[in-house]
Amino acid sequence: MRTRIKPLLLGCAVALGLGMGACGGDDSTDGGETPGVTDTKVTVGGHFPLTGPAAPGYSDIPVAIEAYFEYVNDNGGINGRELEFIARDDGYNPTNTVKVTKQLVLDDGVFAIVGGLGTPTHSKVVDYLNSSRVPDLFVSSGCLCWDEPEDHPYTFGWLPSYTVEGKTLGNYIAENFPDAKVGVFYQDDDFGADGMAGLDKYIEDQIVAREGYQSGTTDIGPQIAAIKQADADVVVLLTVPTYTALAHLAAAELNYAPQFVSSSVGADPVTVGGLLEEFSKGAAGTDMIEGMISDDYLPPVADTSDSWTQLFDKVRKKYAPDLPPSGTVRYGMALAYTFAQALQAAGEHPTRDGIVDALEGQELAGPPLAPYRYSEDSHAGITGVQMGSIKDGESVPMGDVLTTDDGDGPIEPYIEGHPEAPKDGIPPPQ
Amino acid sequence: MTARATTPAPAGGARELAGRAASRGRRLLDQTLLRNLALAALAALGLYLLSYWLGRFDNLQLATIAYYFVAIAGLTVLTGLNGQISLGHGALMAIGAYATIKVGESAELPLAALLAIATIATALVGVVIGAGAARLRGPYLAGATLALAVGLPALANRFPDFLGGENGLSTAPPVPPSSLGVGFALERWQAWIACAAALITFVVLANLVRSRYGRAFRAVRDDEVAAALAGLNVARVQVLAFVVSAACAGLAGGLLVVVTSLAAPGAFTLELSIALLTAAVLGGLGSLAGAVWGAAIVVLLPTWAEDIGRELSLSTSVEANLPLLVYGVVLIGVMLAAPRGIQGALSWAGGLIGRRVRGHTEPRSRGASAPGEEIT
Repeated sequence: MRTRIKPLLLGCAVALGLGMGACGGDDSTDGGETPGVTDTKVTVGGHFPLTGPAAPGYSDIPVAIEAYFEYVNDNGGINGRELEFIARDDGYNPTNTVKVTKQLVLDDGVFAIVGGLGTPTHSKVVDYLNSSRVPDLFVSSGCLCWDEPEDHPYTFGWLPSYTVEGKTLGNYIAENFPDAKVGVFYQDDDFGADGMAGLDKYIEDQIVAREGYQSGTTDIGPQIAAIKQADADVVVLLTVPTYTALAHLAAAELNYAPQFVSSSVGADPVTVGGLLEEFSKGAAGTDMIEGMISDDYLPPVADTSDSWTQLFDKVRKKYAPDLPPSGTVRYGMALAYTFAQALQAAGEHPTRDGIVDALEGQELAGPPLAPYRYSEDSHAGITGVQMGSIKDGESVPMGDVLTTDDGDGPIEPYIEGHPEAPKDGIPPPQ
Repeated sequence: MTARATTPAPAGGARELAGRAASRGRRLLDQTLLRNLALAALAALGLYLLSYWLGRFDNLQLATIAYYFVAIAGLTVLTGLNGQISLGHGALMAIGAYATIKVGESAELPLAALLAIATIATALVGVVIGAGAARLRGPYLAGATLALAVGLPALANRFPDFLGGENGLSTAPPVPPSSLGVGFALERWQAWIACAAALITFVVLANLVRSRYGRAFRAVRDDEVAAALAGLNVARVQVLAFVVSAACAGLAGGLLVVVTSLAAPGAFTLELSIALLTAAVLGGLGSLAGAVWGAAIVVLLPTWAEDIGRELSLSTSVEANLPLLVYGVVLIGVMLAAPRGIQGALSWAGGLIGRRVRGHTEPRSRGASAPGEEIT
């Protein structure tokens, strides 16, 4: 009996050793120095689904961010500092988000979190980041919840909010399909809820069916069948790319061909086309979403006359030639540009509070079609979108850029236009 | 836990004999309890020093290992010692996690009380599931618990107002007592709580498996008919094993809330349930020390693999999938080289060395001992 003690003791001892070997003691205390900033480098990071069901499409974002950062580094950096990006995989699982975010802050010692992806995921680390005074910039989600400067002074949104998109889509349907019956297929979280709140401001009486899905379940046939049963002529998709593709496939199976109207979240033709091809084993492709109406907040990927598109394509070809010229890649680059811009605005000696002040105080303008709303009272991102439709597999804009707010404010055209990209592709000192 | 002899004294046995057996039993009880307490105290000292030596993120990893240990230890008792398989322990952790947050929201209770409530609530659910499980065997039991793993977390989406839907429920992290000083790291405090709970779990389980209940668990595992003939109520023993195991899972769920401050369906996927079982098998089924190994591997291996991938500057898609690859390779490697798990291999190696030292020549093959033999 006594001999049995040994294995356990041994186990404990080795486990202790294992733990010690694994980790270097680094009680990172902030002693005046700004974490993640040295004389030669600024390190930032983010959490993204790099594996699992949410990874297709989204896993390209950090690669695009890294590509643009490399471009900046090869051209002298920002105030002489190179930019480093650390992407950690959370698999879209909130528990992992908490883990990897703490790893980024405590272990990797990042200056800021940039572009952390997802509402259910990122909402779990907002309190932590703000209580640790870590800038939480440009969350990759259109939830209204990032715009709470009182409670979360370090968190900034970037995307147009789901409500702004919902209002613009609803307005478009009310004007162009005034007699249509509308079905809504939505993601059953605040993406769907905020989006529908926007739709309801314009077409509440036109909506005849609302069907939700849980992210993760792939059988959505019943929901699409229910929308068909309600005789909807127009179907609004408040979906991520995977479910835009699944909804089209399910509708085709039911011989149901309504006019699809999709939020920009799930409307990138390259991503959705690729998913359609994958799910149907090559039987379907981008042609299936031909004619789909959606909105967009960046210059179209296909518009090669736009200076931003030219810049991003140049960077992609040189630093990430494996990536497709998709909306997702364009998004990552635009996000990376905005961070470089904010860092530039924070001055020669960037601090965590300094970059927050710079975002609140200086009027940044960049790749997005409409201006940002950043101020001391607002941490919301892009104010507006432009409607478009898919022709020959490419998104073609229609009409003016439209701006609005998250409340009952009117939808107004924005005609000033977005600025040209700087010649060298690097945000100029302000 | 008592450690009385399971078999009654022979029918013709004198009172004196029974008395001797009882006093011997009492000595045994002292030994087991004292030994486990001494071990726990030693481990506590080691963990205390470790928590000061580790950085903040590593303390968080330590806390994570601790709550995984609690869940895996419970599962290893159920599967390794009682022979019941469960693919649904992730769902039981969800019950503990949601109970911790919901009760914490409605009542101002100290954390220890919340964790106790989470443990008890999950144990009660374990009674119901265990009663069903006791009627099922082999693949049917696996299937039923699998349904639990898939179905139970979905309840959060069924009642989004009460359980927060896909977005889950959040709570504030525990606040280190001010007596520890202002600069005391939150992560160290979280590690202390989780490790304390893990040590308590260890002492309770280590005593339990050496008590008459532990012997009853093993008797039922080895041969239900023989166990029934020996006077054991097989179904009751199986339900008890399930309840003990569920209680551990519930406590682990509560500790998960302490460490991550949240309970969301995305945290309690089928993958979690399978990872727990995998860890129990990797470490050595039926062995509490093996549960330590299993917990350390499931928590640390992905982080290491990711860091290695980063060092080698692989492409993002390869780097992201490297942890899965390494995990698979380790799994296959351990199962080939050490079918009884890491602790099984260690105790075999230890035994081999011990015999060498003592000069024993008696040959003994690795497979000679029954799988799941208690190695504590």
